[in-house]
Amino acid sequence: MFSAVSRPLTPAQRMNPRWGNGRRTADVAASFIKPNDRLTSFDRLEIYNRQYWFRLLDCLYDDFPGLRAVIGEKKFTAMSETYLTRYPSSSFTLRNLGSRLEKFLREEPRWARPRTALALDMVRFEWAKIIAFDGGARPIVTIDDLLGRDPSRLRLKLQPYVTPLELGYPLDDFSIALRQRDDDGPQAGNAASTGRASKSGRTVRLPRPERVYLAVHRLENVVYYKRLDASAYAVLCALRGGATLAKASERANDAESLRRWFEMWMKLGWFCR
Amino acid sequence: MPANRHNGFTDLGIGVGLRVPHYSHILGRKPAVDWFEIISENFMIDAGRPLRTLDLILEQYAVVQHGVSMYLGSPRLNRDHLKRLKQLVRRTKTPFVSDHLCWGSVDGSYSHDLLPLPYTFAAARHVAARVREARDILEVPVIVENVSSYAEFHASEMSEWEFLAEVVERADCGMLLDVNNIYVSSRNHNFDPFDYLNGVPLERVGQVHIAGHTKFERYILDTHDHPVLPTVWRLYAHVVSRIGPVNTLLEWDARIPPFEEVHREALKARRFLRDLETQRSENRKSAQTVTA
Repeated sequence: MFSAVSRPLTPAQRMNPRWGNGRRTADVAASFIKPNDRLTSFDRLEIYNRQYWFRLLDCLYDDFPGLRAVIGEKKFTAMSETYLTRYPSSSFTLRNLGSRLEKFLREEPRWARPRTALALDMVRFEWAKIIAFDGGARPIVTIDDLLGRDPSRLRLKLQPYVTPLELGYPLDDFSIALRQRDDDGPQAGNAASTGRASKSGRTVRLPRPERVYLAVHRLENVVYYKRLDASAYAVLCALRGGATLAKASERANDAESLRRWFEMWMKLGWFCR
Repeated sequence: MPANRHNGFTDLGIGVGLRVPHYSHILGRKPAVDWFEIISENFMIDAGRPLRTLDLILEQYAVVQHGVSMYLGSPRLNRDHLKRLKQLVRRTKTPFVSDHLCWGSVDGSYSHDLLPLPYTFAAARHVAARVREARDILEVPVIVENVSSYAEFHASEMSEWEFLAEVVERADCGMLLDVNNIYVSSRNHNFDPFDYLNGVPLERVGQVHIAGHTKFERYILDTHDHPVLPTVWRLYAHVVSRIGPVNTLLEWDARIPPFEEVHREALKARRFLRDLETQRSENRKSAQTVTA
């Protein structure tokens, strides 16, 4: 039944009348589901088939508003169906439904074209937001923990909810603009369905290329995007990769910047035991 | 029999399902609500705002956990799921845990739906064993909820209520009786919902769910997006008349109205509890008159 429930719907959002091996789906359904006086076996199975797709597609739709805006609503829906067919949910929670979307887009770049780089950046950024929202938090490293430690042997861990990102587009600004548009609520409009129009009818211009470095994180349970210098990003990535404090610090331009960054990162509680 | 071993001997009253759109109202206004039911999976996370909100709710209200993905009918229970669920049980101090009489995952893939089981003795044995396993791990009572269904299987060997009875007797567990689900399934499968109620061991009811549904031309869908319909209230009244006041919970999951409206809808259950009390009082008086 699971394979029947999870089979892709037709473009008209109905259950596919043909089974994979050429059999009629109606015959397959009739082999294990009883009809009643109002519904055939096919009809009854179709209720579950449609519910499966509606639920999962709604979830991805809500989790990736930025990707929707980049590749367009129609393409996003088609991509989601293909993604979920290749990578059905493997977690008890829908929260993880998009965990393999970046992998999928790299395998099937046709879904991201012609804005491939932007789409890939966006999916990484939106997954980082999900991680920041409810990712684990470990005990924070304090100044006292660091006193007297040898930097050439000290390795600092980054909180699991902090994701440093190097992006080719200013997706923090774009994401905030999308959010503001959606918060404005429904408005009359005649925008064509280009993928950049929301229910509110307003469009948000796609971002122009610009190299930005971000940390997507949370503070007091609110998700934030913090811009970083390129070298600050390099330091964080080195630490996250397991480099010692001394080795990671070599990525910094100067000692004063490094001191300021660490002061800020310690205040934000980004380092953990 | 409101409090029994299946619901941790609780007499919680009338509760409401805790939903995100109501968080600010509940935390800001602190309405007088008997208890809240949470969807466990929404809080089986490592950290972040959902858990912080839950902790604030727990400071003021009784909370009971209701799950949607234990999938007692699936081939095996997910140990990672149970581990996280147990962490949440410790956090909420829920007196019992409920989940559905269904399956939904196979070979590591999840449907995120409550798929119906074939009502066979083999399936009943399988589910009962899973209920016992979950209870042993979680160390709180586990009660099972009947689901709304849209399909019946050729393989079934008994009615749904016979199957539910078979499972709970074999597992020696309680039931979360969803009277809306009974009504929805009764219309979809052409049975009398009162036969259902009369066919299950009502002494095992630990909690009752009420909710709204949507009628389509050829079937009814369990949408939880409407007030409770009179036909469902009649089933609730029947249950209460048989077993007395019971932990009662209104589910409202889509097109969610303001909190006051949801709570007002839930509190309609009190009318049936008052009717029950009146009836019992009159019965006592009649008995005294006869004795005199």
